[in-house]
Amino acid sequence: MNIWIAIGVTAVGCYLVKLLGLLVPAGVLERPLVQRLAALLPVGLLAALTAQQTFSANGALVLDPRGAGLAAAALALVLRAPFLVVVAAAVAVTAGVRAIGG
Amino acid sequence: MPGYLEPGPLDAPQETGTGPGPEPKPDAAVVRDALGVGIAVGLSGFAFGVTSAGAGLSVLQTCALSLLVFTGASQFALVGALAAGGNPFTAAAGAFFLGVRNAFYGLRLSQLLRLPGPVRPLAAQWVIDETTAVALAQPTRRAARIGFTVTGLSLYALWNLTTLAGALGAEALGDTGAWGLDAAGPAVFLALLAPMLRTATERMTAGLAVVLGLGFLPVLPAGVPVLVAALTAPAVLWLEGRRRTADRTTAAHKTVAGKAAAAKATGADAAEAEVAARKAAARRKGSDR
Repeated sequence: MNIWIAIGVTAVGCYLVKLLGLLVPAGVLERPLVQRLAALLPVGLLAALTAQQTFSANGALVLDPRGAGLAAAALALVLRAPFLVVVAAAVAVTAGVRAIGG
Repeated sequence: MPGYLEPGPLDAPQETGTGPGPEPKPDAAVVRDALGVGIAVGLSGFAFGVTSAGAGLSVLQTCALSLLVFTGASQFALVGALAAGGNPFTAAAGAFFLGVRNAFYGLRLSQLLRLPGPVRPLAAQWVIDETTAVALAQPTRRAARIGFTVTGLSLYALWNLTTLAGALGAEALGDTGAWGLDAAGPAVFLALLAPMLRTATERMTAGLAVVLGLGFLPVLPAGVPVLVAALTAPAVLWLEGRRRTADRTTAAHKTVAGKAAAAKATGADAAEAEVAARKAAARRKGSDR
């Protein structure tokens, strides 16, 4: 039930912000500070999420094969690989290191 | 996935035309560009389906997310937070804040596409990174409308089909960890983040967010550390604003001092100039708060 609540709240919230942009008159969201904040907010969120989902398990900090997978993804990004290749690199390297017993 | 921006498209939109007016672009070329983005990105719904199932969501719940939320980063964030045992509202808050940027895309798009009122609630669901990138890259309104519609339609259809395939596939795969699929989520976030790290401001925000996100993880309830990390955005902007104000004040002092010196040199009343300078500085200090 909790999962359905989370899905419902997220779906409604995400839809309303999408619609808001199409409906509000230009100018309301066009203040430079608001624009800067909107651009910077995902940076903080994505950085924190990347770190947490790589280096944590069950509420504790851990270092496991996912770290190697993320490093592979980073390398793929530096090499300007397409999105699917970036994700595939992380998955393959994580599985490989885990299979070896890392 | 909905939310991934190939480096480039938003950076240099509408600068391809060389003539004074927008050059018309054949409809077929627009459709081809749009399908390219829609198909490439749509296929990555598979990674979401697998991740979501691995996080413990049912096939129905996973598909509901792709159908109803349809903004990739928020979807990944939500299932990650739920898997970590987060409270549903905390988890939804993190996902929601990631989706806020779509409001700003909508703003750009509404000026560009000039959609009739009744169409807007339908078009809204497709207001995401990729449709915005494709629409903004078109030279004319007609091309932008075609680009938005074709990207939105192909991406929405494929993203949902591959989500279903991923969710079903994950059940067949069994332990998704053994396949390394638990690394798909963070890799997706990193791929979304990388093109955003253009200046020192973004890099500082990201660095601080990592420190806060990991630092608070062992001590705060699941999902909350991410929200704390999100505060780095306003914090960094505030620090930046203060530094700029300080720079401006220093520069202004120099100008005023220069004027005073010039006044002395020309034999004007230097004391009067000094008083004016001090008054100006006081006014500036007051208004900066």
